[in-house]
Amino acid sequence: MAELRIEGLARRFGRTVVLDHVDLVVPTGRLVAILGASGSGKTTLLRLIAGFDRADGGTIRIDGALVAGQGRHEKPEHRRIGYVAQEGALFPHLSVARNIAFGLKPGTGRARRVAELLEMVGLPAAYGPRPPHALSGGEQQRVALARALAPAPRLVLLDEPFSALDASLRQDTRQAVAAALAAIGATAVLVTHDQSEALSMGAAVAVLRDGRMVQTAAPATLYRHPADAEVARFVGEAVLLPGRATAGRAICALGELPLGAPAEGPVEVLIRPEQIRLVPHDAPGSVAARVAEITFFGHDALVRLALPGAPDRLVTARVFGHAVPEAGTTVGVIVDGEVSAFAPPAGPG
Amino acid sequence: MAAGGGFSVGRRPPGALVLAAAVPVALVLLPLAITVAEAVGMGARAAAALLFRPLVGMLLVHTVGLIAAATLCCTLAGTGAAFLVERTDLPFRRAWAVLATAPLAIPAFISSYAWVSLSPALEGFYGALLVVTCAYAPFVYLPVAAALRGLDPALEESARALGLTPAACFRRVVLPQLRPAMMGGALLVALNTLVEFGAFALLRYRTFTTEIFAAYRAGFAGAEASLLALVLLLLCLGCLGAEAASRGHARYARLGRGARRQAQPYELGFWRLPALAVMGTLAAAAIGAPLVMILFWLTRHGAAAITPAEASPRALLDAALNSAGLGLGGAALTLLLALPLGILASRWRGGAIVLLERGAWLAQGVPGIVIALALITATVRAVPVLYQSTALLLAAYAILFLPLALVGVRAALLQAEPRLEEAGRSLGSGWAQVLRRVTLPLAAPGLGAAAALVFVSVTTELTTTLLLAPIGTETLATRIWADTSTLAFAAAAPYAAILVGLSMAASWLLARRFGIVAFAGHVGD
Repeated sequence: MAELRIEGLARRFGRTVVLDHVDLVVPTGRLVAILGASGSGKTTLLRLIAGFDRADGGTIRIDGALVAGQGRHEKPEHRRIGYVAQEGALFPHLSVARNIAFGLKPGTGRARRVAELLEMVGLPAAYGPRPPHALSGGEQQRVALARALAPAPRLVLLDEPFSALDASLRQDTRQAVAAALAAIGATAVLVTHDQSEALSMGAAVAVLRDGRMVQTAAPATLYRHPADAEVARFVGEAVLLPGRATAGRAICALGELPLGAPAEGPVEVLIRPEQIRLVPHDAPGSVAARVAEITFFGHDALVRLALPGAPDRLVTARVFGHAVPEAGTTVGVIVDGEVSAFAPPAGPG
Repeated sequence: MAAGGGFSVGRRPPGALVLAAAVPVALVLLPLAITVAEAVGMGARAAAALLFRPLVGMLLVHTVGLIAAATLCCTLAGTGAAFLVERTDLPFRRAWAVLATAPLAIPAFISSYAWVSLSPALEGFYGALLVVTCAYAPFVYLPVAAALRGLDPALEESARALGLTPAACFRRVVLPQLRPAMMGGALLVALNTLVEFGAFALLRYRTFTTEIFAAYRAGFAGAEASLLALVLLLLCLGCLGAEAASRGHARYARLGRGARRQAQPYELGFWRLPALAVMGTLAAAAIGAPLVMILFWLTRHGAAAITPAEASPRALLDAALNSAGLGLGGAALTLLLALPLGILASRWRGGAIVLLERGAWLAQGVPGIVIALALITATVRAVPVLYQSTALLLAAYAILFLPLALVGVRAALLQAEPRLEEAGRSLGSGWAQVLRRVTLPLAAPGLGAAAALVFVSVTTELTTTLLLAPIGTETLATRIWADTSTLAFAAAAPYAAILVGLSMAASWLLARRFGIVAFAGHVGD
């Protein structure tokens, strides 16, 4: 497995800029998740890495060797990159085993390698002779991964491989894929629009927005200290309150809170709903709030609270399912942990 | 809720509708039954004596040999053209796509006329192969082009990422998935080659159809013609069955929905000019040659042809009016017969309905010449009044083009969704009112398209017209036939020009307005 290094990568379709000077480094043996909404350019980025499309500028290097850019375009079949497409793209005219063996050189040991790979992705060896359509969506994705890993690629690209699966299959398939990739120490790039998938699978998460790399960070850092309010909302539920930062603390409607990163002056304060803890309304150090509405999920619930200072701006708290307050009651609110602060948005809103 | 949508509040379709739907099916089965009965009535010994003759062997070799060569050529040309148009950076792809399907608007016997008037050396096998390849390559082109458009680009990308060159990727991934489409198209080519009569007769290439025609003309309408017709019928039904089977089983299930994204076109590079030359040659042979030859003979005096003759304006008008009249009558009757079955099949389910549909579908495998011969036999024996009457000719058209009309009727009725009919019923309209106020207005454009399709098919039809037309009734098609047979090429040109002009205009309109590629998948003669 190898290191991927992308510098200043650009791609335009006509006058539309799809990728705008994108930089990305994926260290050897790591999985980096690229998180972006649809139309952010994430699939284009993946296709450029695979060599299915040509960049208009910038460079792509694998282990230091130039594969694209500066007038060079190495053909996809020479890049030794494993590619797992959105719905697996298994060849419908070939059995599972022949799909997996597709990229292997003819010769001995193919059957053993196929068996090895089936085991690696957690499928029984009996699946080998079956046609792809006899498998469930999740199993098809595992076969697609086995097929991509078979020729021992330098790098694995995963293009929203779980988005077509239903929720129950998704989690199992994610785990199986993550385990298989970890077992061989694969360098991998996962493209997704699902923030929980990116945060749970990536050693690092790169947020792509309108063709620009907005932030690349470890999942926890990204979640706790997003680069701006938009990233904050994109990677999870966010409570954003106007406030003022001074000397490592932020003052807002929920009190004076410790800042995770330095800021000064008028700011927007980011609090995650799970940081907001509900206590009895007379508890010391708490801010009183009225429970406006409740969305109940079972294991937890989102409680929308009206603060006395700003009754039209509801603040969301995430509480466990067994501790949901009654709507209309007054509760006390305490914020746990550090919060983040950004420069306030220009203009109203 | 009613299975019949807005028409009926019962699970069972109205008896009158079923009865009306059974009429065209009975009509289709009639020539089949007569042909079989004639052959059976002959007795085994007589049949064997007629069957095991060098002539029948020669016909088999001719027919099968031509079919083998034609399916091969059509598959190569159709698949090659489809790949170039759909998957490469060939210049002017849209224009080539139109040109690749345009031959469907030129009847094969008119191609034959054009080529044979260019050089008599084209008579025989190679001329027949040329005409058939030009005329029927679209039967392969259309399904293969559709299959190429439907391929998930991620398949090829995955193969490339696994280390395959573009050529290996085509061979190992694309080609296997095109196989069902190629197979279906090739069988359509085979079926059409089997039932083709005019093109081969004009090129003096003897096949079953030309021999049946000759036997009938020579006065042996009974035994010999019927037996040859039965052999031909069996070959056709075999082809039809194989086509249905290839459609039913060989299609590879498409996995998942896949990203609906345009595949990256293959870059032709150095091959751009050779590719353009190939496409140009195909178009020139299939469309250019017939059109140029018709124009050439239009501008020549009759004396320039081997047999000096010219079309008189009077004869031209008569033929055009006859063609138009038969076309209108044929379209009206066919649509009238297809409508009850179409309504039944699109609104109710059940074993009997499936059976009726299958019966109607069989008509695709019954050659025009077999229909004509059977109808002649039946009328001469039972109702001599009908022999060589316009009514009989229209009935033959209805049998021949019933499958074509049914496809159109069903597509049209899909425009009028059952839930709209149900809404009409709940608003207080009876089923007849719903039919008039909801269903027919919604289905009208589609029904019109179906009628137009049948109209064009009837006007370009030759075999049954030739055999069944009342004495003295000449159409554009029979005029072209008669004049070309006597080598009066200049005299045939005006008729051919009108016919091709009409057919191309109608095809263009249908394609533009309804996205129907006229005659696609249709098996006429």
